[in-house]
Amino acid sequence: MADEIPRIEIEVEVNGRSYRREVEPRLLLVDFVRQELGLTGTHVGCESSYCGACTVLLNGASVKSCTMFAVQADGGRLETVEGLADGERLHPLQQAFSDCHGLQCGYCTPGLLMSARYLLSRNPDPDEEEIRKAIAGNLCRCTGYQNVIAAVRQAAATMRKEGAE
Amino acid sequence: MTPPGGDKKWVGKPLRRKEDDRLVRGRGKFVDDYEMAGMRYLHFVRSPFGHARIRGIDASAAENLPGVEAVLTGAELAETVQPFMQIGPDPGAKLLDYPMAVGKVRYQGEPVAAVIAASRMVAEDAAELVEVDYEPLPAVIDAETALLDETLLHEEAGTNAIYGDRFEWGEVDRAFEEAATVVSIGRLHFHRFSSTPLENNGVVCRWEPDGKIYFVCNNSFPTFGIQFLAPALGVALEQIHVQTHDIGGSFGIKITNYPQMAVCALASRRVGGRPVKWVETRTEHLQGSGHGNERTYLDTRVALDADGVITAISSRHLDDCGAYLRYEPLGCVIWSQVVCATYRLRNLRIDFQQLVTNKCPTAPNRGYSRLQHLWFMERVLDICGHRLGIPADEMRLRNYVRPDEMPYTTPNGCVYDSGDYPAMLARAKELIGWDTWRAKQREAREAGRWVGIGIGTTLDSGTNNFGQSRILNRFLPFSGNSEAANIKIDIDGQIVVSLGSVPQGQGHETTTAQVVAEELGIHPDRVRVRTGFNTEWNTYTGHSGTYASQFAVTGLSAVHGAVGKLKKELARLAAFRLGCGEDQLSFEEGEEGPCLKGPGDASVNYWGLANLVNVNNAELPQELRELTLNCRYIYVPPFEVPDVEKKYGNLTLTYAAQLHVAVVEVDRRTCQARILDYAVVDDCGTVINPVVVEGQVHGAAAHGIGAALYETCAYDPEGNLMTSTFSDYCPITAINMPSLRCANMQTPSPFSFNGAKGMGEGGGAPLHALSAALQDALLSEGVIVGDSHNPPDAIFQTLRGMRPSPRVEVERRGA
Repeated sequence: MADEIPRIEIEVEVNGRSYRREVEPRLLLVDFVRQELGLTGTHVGCESSYCGACTVLLNGASVKSCTMFAVQADGGRLETVEGLADGERLHPLQQAFSDCHGLQCGYCTPGLLMSARYLLSRNPDPDEEEIRKAIAGNLCRCTGYQNVIAAVRQAAATMRKEGAE
Repeated sequence: MTPPGGDKKWVGKPLRRKEDDRLVRGRGKFVDDYEMAGMRYLHFVRSPFGHARIRGIDASAAENLPGVEAVLTGAELAETVQPFMQIGPDPGAKLLDYPMAVGKVRYQGEPVAAVIAASRMVAEDAAELVEVDYEPLPAVIDAETALLDETLLHEEAGTNAIYGDRFEWGEVDRAFEEAATVVSIGRLHFHRFSSTPLENNGVVCRWEPDGKIYFVCNNSFPTFGIQFLAPALGVALEQIHVQTHDIGGSFGIKITNYPQMAVCALASRRVGGRPVKWVETRTEHLQGSGHGNERTYLDTRVALDADGVITAISSRHLDDCGAYLRYEPLGCVIWSQVVCATYRLRNLRIDFQQLVTNKCPTAPNRGYSRLQHLWFMERVLDICGHRLGIPADEMRLRNYVRPDEMPYTTPNGCVYDSGDYPAMLARAKELIGWDTWRAKQREAREAGRWVGIGIGTTLDSGTNNFGQSRILNRFLPFSGNSEAANIKIDIDGQIVVSLGSVPQGQGHETTTAQVVAEELGIHPDRVRVRTGFNTEWNTYTGHSGTYASQFAVTGLSAVHGAVGKLKKELARLAAFRLGCGEDQLSFEEGEEGPCLKGPGDASVNYWGLANLVNVNNAELPQELRELTLNCRYIYVPPFEVPDVEKKYGNLTLTYAAQLHVAVVEVDRRTCQARILDYAVVDDCGTVINPVVVEGQVHGAAAHGIGAALYETCAYDPEGNLMTSTFSDYCPITAINMPSLRCANMQTPSPFSFNGAKGMGEGGGAPLHALSAALQDALLSEGVIVGDSHNPPDAIFQTLRGMRPSPRVEVERRGA
């Protein structure tokens, strides 16, 4: 029963900071990030990998944290939306989403930002089709995606110009 | 043409949103982000059956699980609460609607018990241990079967037809007698779908020992919800406090989460007033939150004159509202805000009935009740046009209300404030390259391809007159509309605005700041607009909320009124401080912040004036001590109570319009419809922020395209929801959403101070345009599109005659 489940110690680097925690083996990565670490920018929308609101980067690759266990991230390097900005200075993706009105309610935004970040880390100059494919696993119910795509293109241009990561 | 407000500094400009900074940083605050000391978690035990009697519930194993504090059952809850108030007349008024199932379950996913535990995981574990003994009953899953009353959902009502009435205007029989052509159309059907906000429903509640009930939630019309909650819980309205912060979309669906709010309140009381959190899963949301209304149209007859102008329509409409009336039967009258759509016909007879079925209760989903009617009207127009050989664009031009007729009074007394539908059509044709596409279509058809072009014209009626509810139930003490805003200058000179609206992505903080900045001659960054809704701000009326496309009118009118009051106070104070006349003052951005400038170099900033009122009032003369710099304003639109006998009156203040043109190709092998091109023209009067408006246009288009081609809440005959995950429901993604060509036109509303019209709902134009385009594509195959949902399997079945096209008969009279 719930109180008898043995806990497992894990160590994860999140946004450049190291965390050691004892967790239930069934604890989902998204719940670890939100509840154990208090990083509530990562959201839950479907618990089934479809909507992408929970997208984070694990060792540089995008994952749906709602369908991964926290213990699977043991020893890994995690990036969440909270790690994007450099202090007060927004990441070019964050800036572009705002500039292009690529968000409305903002619930899907953290996941979309992380998927886009993963895309741009592999492909600094994606065309529209490549962007659409890269965010196909991220649902947005507000924007109709058009301004999201424009935002990713703008961010890519900015990052190429600045030589940013 | 210079757009109205072209001389403005902030209004009408594409200002970046104030909301964005926190949201792109992941620092928004949504319900599930709230954690409180001592918080407990609630998880529902839900019915796996669409319709069943509850023989008994054994919660002992769950109660014995360590960490579980309580299990509440529907029967137990019914002993302490009153059933929810019913809006409609008998027989619907006889329904007993409790926050959880009592005695029977009536839809799959209906809550039968609630487990409260120390963690969400323990609550979920325990819910699996609750044994419910069900006796399955036959499920009623469509309106036409419900009408037979062979199986009753609510025995106390005695029928599944909870509302029915005839809506008739003009001289229908005479119009049919005089018609040159009469077209009869068989069964049409508007399917069930939901805008499925990405954030599920959620509530945090604590029922404190002093009797106060605090909710942090994402209900999008809390002033409506608390009017249901208070009597059900047996408390005074004053005891209920509701706060929202960031909301991850609602689209109307979150208006009806008040039953779950009630359960959370009772759960908190049950566990000694500790805070209780409930957050829905996606499957719970799809099965048990709210769906859009489904509608079936039978026995439709259309009278036309010799020129193809529609002169009369008679029809029978069955609205399927699911198992309970959580916002209904309001949808039984709201469609009549747009009874004649964008057309000039004066004679209509609609027999309207609403039926309960063993499906999720409906909620007022984006475009609520109007889009179902507008889709019907667009189908009628296109079916008649096709059968009479009149092209879709020409058919519309012959039938549109003309711009020189605006403001136009409809047959039921609604007043279309402004609009130029022929100009919108011309603009949309230009945008999409109409003639080029027609040429390409001819070539494609010659090559054996199924390519079609469709037009959808739609209305987004905004700022509704609650008096229309009396057409359903003459005894309802509701009418008019109102919205509140408060603006104050804080002790330190900061401008603070609070609103009665409940935004979920519409950018109210930004557009409010634009209006305030414009009127005070300052920068919008100077204006702090509080996030969300909070009853404790006292900035609300009984109509407050975010629904029915109204913020640009009701919300901003309230802001405008509050700023007007504030400016009078500021001017009186500044005139005293500067020793000049009020008429010598101007509102400006000064070197020391927002200020009033007097003659010469004299000026006083807001801090100086707020200081006088708040902490330095001994300096004030007696006649100025009544000033507070804390100004509340209630906007009341100019409505009258409708004539309930004639069902006649002005039901909404503004009528935004959208015109969509879609080009589609149906793949001959897969029957998949692919959008080749898509154009949207919107007219919502004077635009406050073009970026925000464009965002709403895109979003509404995505919902409509998704619904037309992919999204459906489909039930099997036993009442199992077949689309209870996103993988089955298939919300539209970036892969299947086309690029839109958009244009904006502005015919200012004469009825709002700023010329704006509410516009967030969009009116479901893609459903109209895609049904039309598919019919155009498949006309050679003899297909008449009779359903609003056209995924590949449905098109395949239609082409094979497994899903017959509606029967259409044309009767030509005389010479």
